[in-house]
Amino acid sequence: MAIANGTFRIGTGAGFSADRLDPAVDLAKRGQLHVMVLECLGERTVAFAHRDRMADPRRGYNALLERRMSALLPACRASGTVIITNMGAANPRAAAERTRDVARTLGISGLKIACIEGDDVTKLVQPDQPFMDEPGTLADIGRPVVGMNAYLGADAIIPTLEAGADVVIGGRLADPSMYLAPLMRHYGWQNSELAKLGAGTLVGHLMECGMQITGGYFADPGMKDVPDLADCGYPIAEVSADGSAVITKLPETGGRVNEATVKEQLLYEVHDPASYLTPDVTADFSRVTVKNLGEDRVRVEGAAGRARPEKLKVTVGFDAGVLAEAGVSYAGAAAGERGRLAAGIVEKRLKEIHRISSPIRIDLIGAGSLFATAGKTRTDSEDVRLHVALRTTEREQADLMLWEVESLLCCGPAGGGGYRGVITPAVETKSVLIDRGLVKPTFEILVT
Amino acid sequence: MTNRGRNQRFFVRDIAHARAGDKGNTSNVNIWVYDPEDFELLKRSVTPERIKREFPRLVRGTVTRHVVEHLHGLNLVMGEALEGGVNASLNLDSHGKSWSYLILGLTLDTDEKT
Repeated sequence: MAIANGTFRIGTGAGFSADRLDPAVDLAKRGQLHVMVLECLGERTVAFAHRDRMADPRRGYNALLERRMSALLPACRASGTVIITNMGAANPRAAAERTRDVARTLGISGLKIACIEGDDVTKLVQPDQPFMDEPGTLADIGRPVVGMNAYLGADAIIPTLEAGADVVIGGRLADPSMYLAPLMRHYGWQNSELAKLGAGTLVGHLMECGMQITGGYFADPGMKDVPDLADCGYPIAEVSADGSAVITKLPETGGRVNEATVKEQLLYEVHDPASYLTPDVTADFSRVTVKNLGEDRVRVEGAAGRARPEKLKVTVGFDAGVLAEAGVSYAGAAAGERGRLAAGIVEKRLKEIHRISSPIRIDLIGAGSLFATAGKTRTDSEDVRLHVALRTTEREQADLMLWEVESLLCCGPAGGGGYRGVITPAVETKSVLIDRGLVKPTFEILVT
Repeated sequence: MTNRGRNQRFFVRDIAHARAGDKGNTSNVNIWVYDPEDFELLKRSVTPERIKREFPRLVRGTVTRHVVEHLHGLNLVMGEALEGGVNASLNLDSHGKSWSYLILGLTLDTDEKT
């Protein structure tokens, strides 16, 4: 494969569980990538995946796995691009087996698919384990645990690359570690080279949310315009041996890479810029420089690193019942007043007549909903939607709430229309810490 | 990027851009000025004390402000600021993704105190 200017090229093919596929296929075909990473796991995503696996032992991995692999395997095979992903979610083995089936169907032979296991620590965590960042212990929750996953770092991934894997599938692989591992393997970075681990972690952090660095989650018309977001390109990192990198995207794709898009992502979900904790390193982004090179190319360098945290973070998922949501809209003269009247009626019926004690929230979309608690409401809207939300572990209460909101069509204020109601399963997640020695990742290679 | 005239600067959004993220019940919003000359104005306008004063019901915990001088940016870390966080919040935006625009909607402290 022809590689420009001697750098190691990593692309992102998904930055969250429901991310777009067609730009990933474009990137796999034209990107001349060494590695494509598909990051598809959030804390709650993995809890939902455990529920899927409980319902069907053959499931519990990313719902788009088959579609993604069917579309990406031929292009990655042709370009020699290694795929690294946490789409295995709660069932990496089933995901690897399914990927093998997909490859066979496509007629791809000799493909090595590594399946990483050992992140499921359900049998290793004690109920008296204290929470990582709040008072209390796991025993305080009082709801059924659906799964516990430790964050695995680069040291769980590197052996699969050394074994020649073409596709690496894991569950709770830490997001930046999926980028750092191939860099450590390619450039021979050692665990003692903390600045390089910090630099590779910076690359992973910037890249892991996909288009959030190429113009997605960014556009603000008139202030921050982004061309052709409907055809936005996924990011590419061209990483040098010292860990410095250029963030860019394919030519002839939509989106934009400039200092502003990179800076917004630099501290996305970061607290102290000098202490970004991963299983691999305590990364320091506080002195990172961001330099626009033009033509959607931005150079980043200057990350540092200190010793990795002593313990690994574990996400514990609990069954949290359901989230019920229902709404009715009001438009035209005095829409806000009619909406507020409807809100009062629903509140009285749910709390005083039906005696529902679970948390209920009633908003008027269009008159102040997202910012209601911040004190930002308005009264001049002529198009508002009553939105009622309820969390409960009792399904009957959820059904009752939907019924009450729907009844407004005939029993509520004038001119209400457009009722919708939906009940979705809910999970709750908490974080605890576990000794590294207890977590023993293993891998197996499946060959087509 | 559009550059509004200097006489049209009323809100943080007129001089800066921002992104919000969540971890548990903690929200962080990073804020960056378009023009480094406006960085002092941003620092003066967006302080932890101001955030606590403006949004007392929403931001219930400690607000920490990290200053990234060389990139002309701030990182606001707001504890207990997500109505329980994505696990518990009944806000339509349970991640607080829109909190960036809450900060961008603050008026600028243009009083030069001369």
